[in-house]
Amino acid sequence: MGVAAEEQVQRNIFTTSVDWVFNWARRSSLWWLQFGLACCAIEMISAAMPRFDLAERFGMLYRASPRQADLMIVAGTVTKKMAPVVRQLYDQMADPKWVISMGSCANVGGPFDTYAVVQGVDQVIPVDIYVPGCPPLPEALYYGVLELQNRVIRYDSLKKKHGKEAAEADRQAQREAARAALGPRR
Amino acid sequence: MDWEALIISYLFGFVLLNVLLLLMAYMTWFERRLVAFFQDRIGPNRTGPFGLLQPIADAVKLISKEDIVPANADRLIFLVAPLLSFVLAPLGALVVPFGESITLFGRQINLYVIDINVAALYFLAVGSMGVYGIILGGYASGNRYSLLGALRSTAQVISYELVLGLSLVGIFILTGSLSLVEILRAQQRTLVLGGLELPNWFILSQPLAFVLFLIAAVAETNRAPFDLPEAETELIAGYFTEYSGFRFSFYFLAEYINMIVVSLIAATLFLGGIDGPFADGIWWLAAKAFIFLFFYVWLRATLPRFRYDQLMGLAWKVLLPLALINIGMTGLVRLWGIGAL
Repeated sequence: MGVAAEEQVQRNIFTTSVDWVFNWARRSSLWWLQFGLACCAIEMISAAMPRFDLAERFGMLYRASPRQADLMIVAGTVTKKMAPVVRQLYDQMADPKWVISMGSCANVGGPFDTYAVVQGVDQVIPVDIYVPGCPPLPEALYYGVLELQNRVIRYDSLKKKHGKEAAEADRQAQREAARAALGPRR
Repeated sequence: MDWEALIISYLFGFVLLNVLLLLMAYMTWFERRLVAFFQDRIGPNRTGPFGLLQPIADAVKLISKEDIVPANADRLIFLVAPLLSFVLAPLGALVVPFGESITLFGRQINLYVIDINVAALYFLAVGSMGVYGIILGGYASGNRYSLLGALRSTAQVISYELVLGLSLVGIFILTGSLSLVEILRAQQRTLVLGGLELPNWFILSQPLAFVLFLIAAVAETNRAPFDLPEAETELIAGYFTEYSGFRFSFYFLAEYINMIVVSLIAATLFLGGIDGPFADGIWWLAAKAFIFLFFYVWLRATLPRFRYDQLMGLAWKVLLPLALINIGMTGLVRLWGIGAL
């Protein structure tokens, strides 16, 4: 019975409008965690600095404390020693939270196919946007952030009620859908 | 008891606090834009025209975020501390005179919430009460960084509170009153220096006290370059490291409201408040307070953070002796009857 009621709640005008307002706010003030791992962090810093000013123009603000951050940009190689720290930082962030995986190392391990490197940060935390490049240009990071904003505006607050597993399953489903839309892997 | 006057001053206080909240929201926008311009960036400009909806987006987002209470936090104190900080921040503005009084519907309405005879003391007291929120928040978080930030804040506020208070004593000596309305009236007179006719603003007769007050006020509100309690590079975010969502926003609000209140008080005490050329009025007070707010942002964009021992050394070895010298000099001048008053 509870399930049926929730299904009814999920798609009415009131909740979607409220969601839109909240999602607009979330999209417009994505505060990111001040956190860099390797050379991609330099590009990330460069994207925030005067030449590009990615962060402030879109209302982003870097926070040093994960409690106040909405967005984690995993910028660089995630070693196996660093992976628990990344996971802990992710767990410390308050919901709703998003992750951008920046650069080949964070996406798939990059050139470091070794015993010490995690082959893709999505083995540790759920990732929303992958930004390719080694390292990606600030413009590429821009594009990733703008894509994330398009995604945040479609965020469904009601999903949160079902718990973390459901949220991660949802991310996984969205990722599968995106992969299917891309076609076979070359 | 005059109930109508009481209700009117309640209403005035209510309006004032709401205006302060709105101003605070746009102060964040102003600061971000201005710091961006200082750093040759653009600043928030995508959220609404000129980024004007940015504070609203930030507020709505912070409200809708998860409210985390850490497992090893002291739960009750952790939840109450930001409220304490937030509630005490705007109280200082209640004694700021926004004019003498106007007659509306046959009633005389004072343009200040209350004129108490210890207004300046009240402002100092409320200002130092606000630090309880910081200390309790830092202590209750159960986090070393928070505790360190809170300890720094305690030491800093105690040291600079002293300088802040002593820098005002010169004004009290000159006016013989602690009431801000009286101090404002004293400043509306004319200071005659030889052939010059100047306004009797205390920045002219108490320049040293003005500088001391300015420095101490920046330290008192924990702003750059005295923002040691929340030094990102050392302490993550200092006392509010563990706070998320709207509890964090309360601290944020408190900091910015403190800035505005201190600017209003500084404008009233030293720059003549509503007094100005052409026509006295609230616009002069607003303009002067705006100068101070600009100065705050300017400082933040210009100066690096002090080291902790430099901070303490500055307060105890430089500012405090200067404040005492200023009091002594003012007392002597008053005793020998030199000067306008």
